Amino acid sequence: MIHKFKAKDICILLDTNSGGVHVIDDVTFDLLDHAEPPFEKECPKNVMDILKENYTEEEIKEAYADILELYDNKLLYSDDVYGDYSKTVVESPIKAMCLHISHDCNLRCKYCFASTGDFGKGRKLMPFEVGKAAIDFLLEKSVGRENLEVDFFGGEPLMNFDVVKQIVEYARSKEEEYHKNFRFTITTNGMLLDDDTIDYINKEMYNVVLSIDGRKEVNDRMRVRVDGSGCYDRILPKFKKLVDGRGDKEYYVRGTYTKYNLDFSEDVMHLYEAGFDEISVEPVIESPEEAYAITEEDLDQIYAEYDKLVDRIGAIRKSGKHINFFHFMIDLDQGPCVIKRLRGCGSGNEYVSITPDGDIYPCHQFVGHDEYKMGNIEEGTFNNDIKKEFAGCHVYSKPACQECWARFYCSGGCNANNFVFNGDIHKAYELSCKIQRKRIECAILMKVLEQLEA
Amino acid sequence: MKHIKTINKANLSATAKKGGCGKCQASCQSACKTSCTVGNQKCANEENK
Repeated sequence: MIHKFKAKDICILLDTNSGGVHVIDDVTFDLLDHAEPPFEKECPKNVMDILKENYTEEEIKEAYADILELYDNKLLYSDDVYGDYSKTVVESPIKAMCLHISHDCNLRCKYCFASTGDFGKGRKLMPFEVGKAAIDFLLEKSVGRENLEVDFFGGEPLMNFDVVKQIVEYARSKEEEYHKNFRFTITTNGMLLDDDTIDYINKEMYNVVLSIDGRKEVNDRMRVRVDGSGCYDRILPKFKKLVDGRGDKEYYVRGTYTKYNLDFSEDVMHLYEAGFDEISVEPVIESPEEAYAITEEDLDQIYAEYDKLVDRIGAIRKSGKHINFFHFMIDLDQGPCVIKRLRGCGSGNEYVSITPDGDIYPCHQFVGHDEYKMGNIEEGTFNNDIKKEFAGCHVYSKPACQECWARFYCSGGCNANNFVFNGDIHKAYELSCKIQRKRIECAILMKVLEQLEA
Repeated sequence: MKHIKTINKANLSATAKKGGCGKCQASCQSACKTSCTVGNQKCANEENK
């Protein structure tokens, strides 16, 4: 399978199965519309006749020979040899955990997938005993994995920060004995940040995700307090302070865009100009009945915004400054191995979420869907059949991925989105797929531009 | 080649040989939380560098 596209007057050709990225000229681009395996030794006459309207015979012959060379070197229409790996995939050790440290929140964000914090299950805080049992569960289930990830999530985790600290201390106390390295992440809306919590987060958290949508009017339309007022003015200085004290450690300011701010490139730039250079702004996931939901009719504008971001981020980098946009990150040589690329995020298989009651779900987005409750930490129950189901959920189990050139970049998409929108973790949510494919094209284009300009 | 410039190693099949070690980050833990991208991660296995 191949995929080709033109952007900024550059013709780019991807070979799905080898991961090859090629820059080609117009004649090669047009030739590939008409020539495909099995290739003849010479360009077929009917193809030549079509292309002769725009190119010389010599150009066509040369380009055809180059295509053949690429094909012979297995860099074009290369075979998909990974299906066998998918047949033998077995369950993985669990290495990552999302701890719902608080099913309560001090904001009432209008697009919250967690029903403004409680996931539809009542407002609760996780007791330390549940967190401790969750760490023990992770230690037990992570045989063979050294790096363990624990994300403190909510709701708003700072509403239960003493327990966060207790859990970190407990996990650290086990690292040496179990030969593990815990990497903690916290996702916060920033409302309760103060100097002490900032210092603690910057010391202990491997990554921190700071929720803010961008421009004040955009943020404050959706990210509101209980009284309906916006939170921008309160959180921005706190986020600045945290990031200023963070050194080289990872962080993201992370926003959501909706139908209300389809000009979201402005929000990315706003965050950059406010002093943040690690930015993720992502589409809201919501059913189309909601006024703010992204729908098919928004796609052209969304694509145009990503194109703008390519230009604007490129210009910032050319000026010698740093900016990272999460969905434009791509490493064409040292990216994940193909084994990793078969199964995506690992939800339900190497990644689980734990609620304040100790219930185990495949990920935070499955919380509340009882058919996917995997067990309970304190009761010591765990339904391995659900884990097996998720272990068997990969790009070869998803029919839409078979036809998609982007399958080894997105790795089958979000299982939760598939379930929520299509009732089946194997059935791709096409709207997300379309946005994803555009982002991947942009990410590859930026890499190509960097190389061509180097 | 005059008409084609390959800009990366195109080595996806080679990554299978030393792949699957599990040292890398679970992708949803990084920033997204509502989507899934794997291609934007790095291999965390020092032996593969």
